[in-house]
Amino acid sequence: MGDWEGVRLHVVTGKGGTGKTTVAGALALALAAGGGRVLIVEVEERQGLAQLFDVAPLSYEELRVAPAPGGGEVHALAIDAHEAMHEYLAMFYRLGRAGRALDKLGFVDFATTIAPGLRDVLVTGKTYEAARRRDSSGGFSYDAVVLDAPPTGRIARFLDVNSSVTSLARVGPINRQAAAITELIHSPRTAVHIVSLLEDMPVQETADAVDELHAAGITVGGVVVNQVREPHLRARELTAARRRRLDRDAVAEGLRAAGLADDDTVVDLLTERAREHAERAALEKKQREVLDGLDRPTYQLPRYPDGIDPTALYELAGTLADQGAA
Amino acid sequence: MNPAHPHRAPHLDVDRLIDDRRIRTVVCCGSGGVGKTTTAAALALRAAERGRRAVVLTIDPARRLAQSMGLTELDNTPRAVSGVDTGSGGSLDAMMLDMKRTFDEVVEEHTTPEKARQILANPFYQALSSSFAGTQEYMAMEKLGQLRHRADWDLIVVDTPPSRSALDFLDAPERLGSFLDGRLIKLLSGTAKTGGRTYLKVLHAGFTVVSSALTKILGGELLRDVQTFVNALDTMFGGFRERADATYALLKRPETAFVVVAAPEPDALREASYFVDRLSQDAMPLAGLVLNRVHADHTGGVGIEQAIAGAERLEAADEHRLTAALLRLHAERLRLAARDARTGERFTSAHPDVPVARVPALAGDVHDLDGLRQVGALSAGPES
Repeated sequence: MGDWEGVRLHVVTGKGGTGKTTVAGALALALAAGGGRVLIVEVEERQGLAQLFDVAPLSYEELRVAPAPGGGEVHALAIDAHEAMHEYLAMFYRLGRAGRALDKLGFVDFATTIAPGLRDVLVTGKTYEAARRRDSSGGFSYDAVVLDAPPTGRIARFLDVNSSVTSLARVGPINRQAAAITELIHSPRTAVHIVSLLEDMPVQETADAVDELHAAGITVGGVVVNQVREPHLRARELTAARRRRLDRDAVAEGLRAAGLADDDTVVDLLTERAREHAERAALEKKQREVLDGLDRPTYQLPRYPDGIDPTALYELAGTLADQGAA
Repeated sequence: MNPAHPHRAPHLDVDRLIDDRRIRTVVCCGSGGVGKTTTAAALALRAAERGRRAVVLTIDPARRLAQSMGLTELDNTPRAVSGVDTGSGGSLDAMMLDMKRTFDEVVEEHTTPEKARQILANPFYQALSSSFAGTQEYMAMEKLGQLRHRADWDLIVVDTPPSRSALDFLDAPERLGSFLDGRLIKLLSGTAKTGGRTYLKVLHAGFTVVSSALTKILGGELLRDVQTFVNALDTMFGGFRERADATYALLKRPETAFVVVAAPEPDALREASYFVDRLSQDAMPLAGLVLNRVHADHTGGVGIEQAIAGAERLEAADEHRLTAALLRLHAERLRLAARDARTGERFTSAHPDVPVARVPALAGDVHDLDGLRQVGALSAGPES
């Protein structure tokens, strides 16, 4: 049993560059493990999921992209706001001629690119529909839906579709749909997970997002600390490295024992690397304290120096599951 | 790194760029999270300390970086940055963009005080000026145009908004401009003027259907707000698109230089690639690519395999733990460097003529002038 039992919609956000798409993919795999059926949704028209799962570019159609361990499966959908708008118009209005006229006049463009409030309602609306959809036997079509959401800087506004739309469309069906989505997003069936690195700006944005989401009455889920480096050095060694006081003779002796060159150039380079590593470790420690202070469940994911391939993604999913995220 | 590498892109000479008095505007663009703001601030600081009278327009700086530049309040006015070395006769001002206030200023400048009040109080205008996608880009362009009209600076460095796509900076102002001047808003507001008779007929037939559909979807109140807004705005019609076009034209002139900023990550470089293509399609002046956070690849004579084999040997013998750990660190770093090089190569092989400046990854975060100086020096390269 994971920490998020009962959550149907997992929203994954994070500052740009923190790996939120990767974490969303790993979480989807972890949630699907053991026979689940999970949908992962992207809304930024980046085709990040296709690259992550190494499949052909996704369209506005739910496709199975990966099997999960134990018989589960992950499906993916790239929501295109234009398509969502057309679908919406067709579904609710059977607009026909007027729908085409609206498109010609640039209304669809207006609604999908210029008015982000409307765009957000459309893409979250599609996600909402998938999260609530039931199959012929009456059960949910998906056991969980993972939303690879916009970055932390925009997340509160993105999820707060109700207020962004009610200021514009104060009555009417868009308004009603926004209200329904808002109900789901503010319920305990939704959790917003934030991906961070142990760096100044991502941590700052994580803290800001926690505050903003809190203020908007949205449940903050876990904090995923991504790309955590292996420690390698002990506390005492880190201190010595920062002060440039590592035992050079011992390092040289070790190099000889390893059958490597032990000249000053190598020793200089290795101790300088150690110093940089120690500097960063000290900064990371401070950032970790800030994240700990947020008082949310925290998950750690290791750094993959060679980048993320599907194998790494399954490993990350396992790591998340081991820590109780799914 | 082997300097004679066949795929090695030409070097972007940052100092030559910022010392070139003919260059009046440097636009830093790229996707979010690549260090764009830091690059913009570092270039502006370096230019100032090399004798330019520079101003940097930042969009959304990190709190501590903003504080270090004296940007404690968002007041939409450039302020002098203290702590800058003015020995070479230069100076540095900095400002943070307030998009709503910039929009308000445009409205106030172009209409009577009474109408301006009406517009500023309109709910549709308030939504448009504070949250619509593209407004930030439009206002960044607008502010850039305003700064260019003043004689206080001889170099303007612009950071661009953290958009979904780097291209938004170029496209959003035009989109917003055509929307505001376009048929849709006139139709929404009921002020559409029609040219020919046929058009009139078609329009009339379509109008009822369309407006009733819009009323159904958006609700009548929104349409009324739009109507009031457009009626109050009628003096400004044509102005929005014109202004966006004027600034766009300015960006095409040779005194502008685009600097595309990226980090050695596939997404960031793909964005950079789109942007470079677009600039060349539109014949816009590209100076080159600043590639941030590149891991250095000095092996010091010990390559990845050697380092790992050495570490394994020491670990197996359970001796020299410190050296083994240092070798592991070294190997990790070299792997990162190799990955950075591979990722960078994808860009350079597609754009072999685009000059590149590689900025080494720093151990710490940049949040003061010294940090910016260091980034500036690193961007300029080891030659300086």
